[in-house]
Amino acid sequence: MRVMVFVKATEDSETGVIGAQHAEMFEAMGKYNDELVKAGIMLGGDGLKPSSHGKRVAFDGPSRTVIDGPFAETRELVAGYWLWEVKDMDEAVAWVKRCPNPMLGPSEIEIRPLYEMEDFGEALTPEATAIHDRVRDQLEGR
Amino acid sequence: MAAATETHQAIEAVFRIERARLIAGLARMVRDVDKAEELAQDALVIALAEWPKTGVPNNPGAWLMAAAKRRAIDGIRHDRMRTRKHTEIASDLDHERDTSVETLEAAMDDDIGDELLGLIFTACHPIISAEARAALTLRLIGGLTTDEIARAFLSAEPTIAQRIVRAKKAIGKAGLAFEVPRGAERAGRVASVLEVIYLIFNEGYAATAGEDLIRPSLCAEAQRLGRILAALMPDEPEVLGLLALMEIQASRLAARVDAGGAPVPLPSQNRARWDQLLIRRGLAALDRAEVLGDGPYVLQAAIAACHARARRADDTDWRRIAGLYDLLRERMPSPVVELNRAVAHSMAFGPEAGLQLADAIAEDAALRNYAPLPAARGDFLFRAGRLEEAKIQFERAAGYSRNARERTFLLERALACDS
Repeated sequence: MRVMVFVKATEDSETGVIGAQHAEMFEAMGKYNDELVKAGIMLGGDGLKPSSHGKRVAFDGPSRTVIDGPFAETRELVAGYWLWEVKDMDEAVAWVKRCPNPMLGPSEIEIRPLYEMEDFGEALTPEATAIHDRVRDQLEGR
Repeated sequence: MAAATETHQAIEAVFRIERARLIAGLARMVRDVDKAEELAQDALVIALAEWPKTGVPNNPGAWLMAAAKRRAIDGIRHDRMRTRKHTEIASDLDHERDTSVETLEAAMDDDIGDELLGLIFTACHPIISAEARAALTLRLIGGLTTDEIARAFLSAEPTIAQRIVRAKKAIGKAGLAFEVPRGAERAGRVASVLEVIYLIFNEGYAATAGEDLIRPSLCAEAQRLGRILAALMPDEPEVLGLLALMEIQASRLAARVDAGGAPVPLPSQNRARWDQLLIRRGLAALDRAEVLGDGPYVLQAAIAACHARARRADDTDWRRIAGLYDLLRERMPSPVVELNRAVAHSMAFGPEAGLQLADAIAEDAALRNYAPLPAARGDFLFRAGRLEEAKIQFERAAGYSRNARERTFLLERALACDS
């Protein structure tokens, strides 16, 4: 199964300042990433710049409003992510537990499994699948 | 610090992550795969007793290794050093009597992966049959149970168990050292490892028998093995080539069968369902491989990449594919490659070109009763407008096919020749 692993932001990460105080954490994180690759589970991942570099688009009926960062609710923001291929959620949790603290202070990492075709089960009849595929085709501009 | 409420499930998840490396380290020490597996299992039992009280230690791998080593020493003392071999091991162990977690931690960091690689090479040693190598690799590196392996290969559990026992005996008898081969031996041994991984992948990808065309869990297992190997041997073009090939082929898993479970041939697949992440990973691995060199897997990956790059079937660069097959048949001569080459030439230069190449291998003994040959000839004839001859070929192919879904598909193609 695939999981997206989110490193949540902190007040420190939202400042965007990277200095000597982060050196030790970066080194530990480098070793950890190496382990993930050597275990064959890492499909990808990256760090995100603070939300002050980001934008949001708010939807309401036909209106689209662009909102510039930074955004509030710091602890709910995402500061980085990995995409992993693991056998089950237990394995994902075990790997996250051995991650060095990705932030200077207290922080959180969130694990979210991706939807897979089996998850739709009975809901995805052959007819529904066909519609689904047709929509995808249209999205692809065919 | 970890909470002192670790459940057995969480501990087993940690163990699963460490298991292969643990067995690898122990096997090198005691020179016995069976014993190494047993010691690893002992370490799990100890962890299941300790960790719920103490929490998972900071370096669980080193902790488990320390527990297993202590158990090994105890066991050897208990055996009263009956044989000389045991005496040697015991004296070795006495020199490193310091089995503290800190010492082991340092040692394990030094050669992260080297012992694991040694175990992979041993499990895939050419003295063992390819099927047994696959079973042993899935057992030792993949951590699958004998029952899981038997179900994956549609075999009876005792058959697989027997295969594994025999493979372990062969390793013991040959006195293999659980090391990564160097020098002249190396290339052949790498090929032997890659053969096993691709065999596992193909067993999942093109299920040769039974109702299901694809058994994705075997594909995932093979991909994981391929990724581990590529991380541990980043300079081997064929290792990267095989990884690229598997990632690109696996990207089509969701599109290869329709909702009813019937096979969908490449040109008719809904490419929107191809997994773009796997394609990107595959193309990246191929780029790295092509810089380092070439070989049969790199060439096959390059062919797979031609399909992956085509946004629609009509965009496929068949001339390039035909050219790659011309190279592949020199590097890896085989009737199956010749057949695929015929298909590629038919797409690049027309059905007559395909027929000409297919006719040249029609009498090849290796392709007798091989469904894809008449299926391909049927397709060439169909496209050349020779429907009656095409029908005969499709029916013949259906007769040879061992897969129920594929047979239905071929019979439908035969029927379509009537209109």
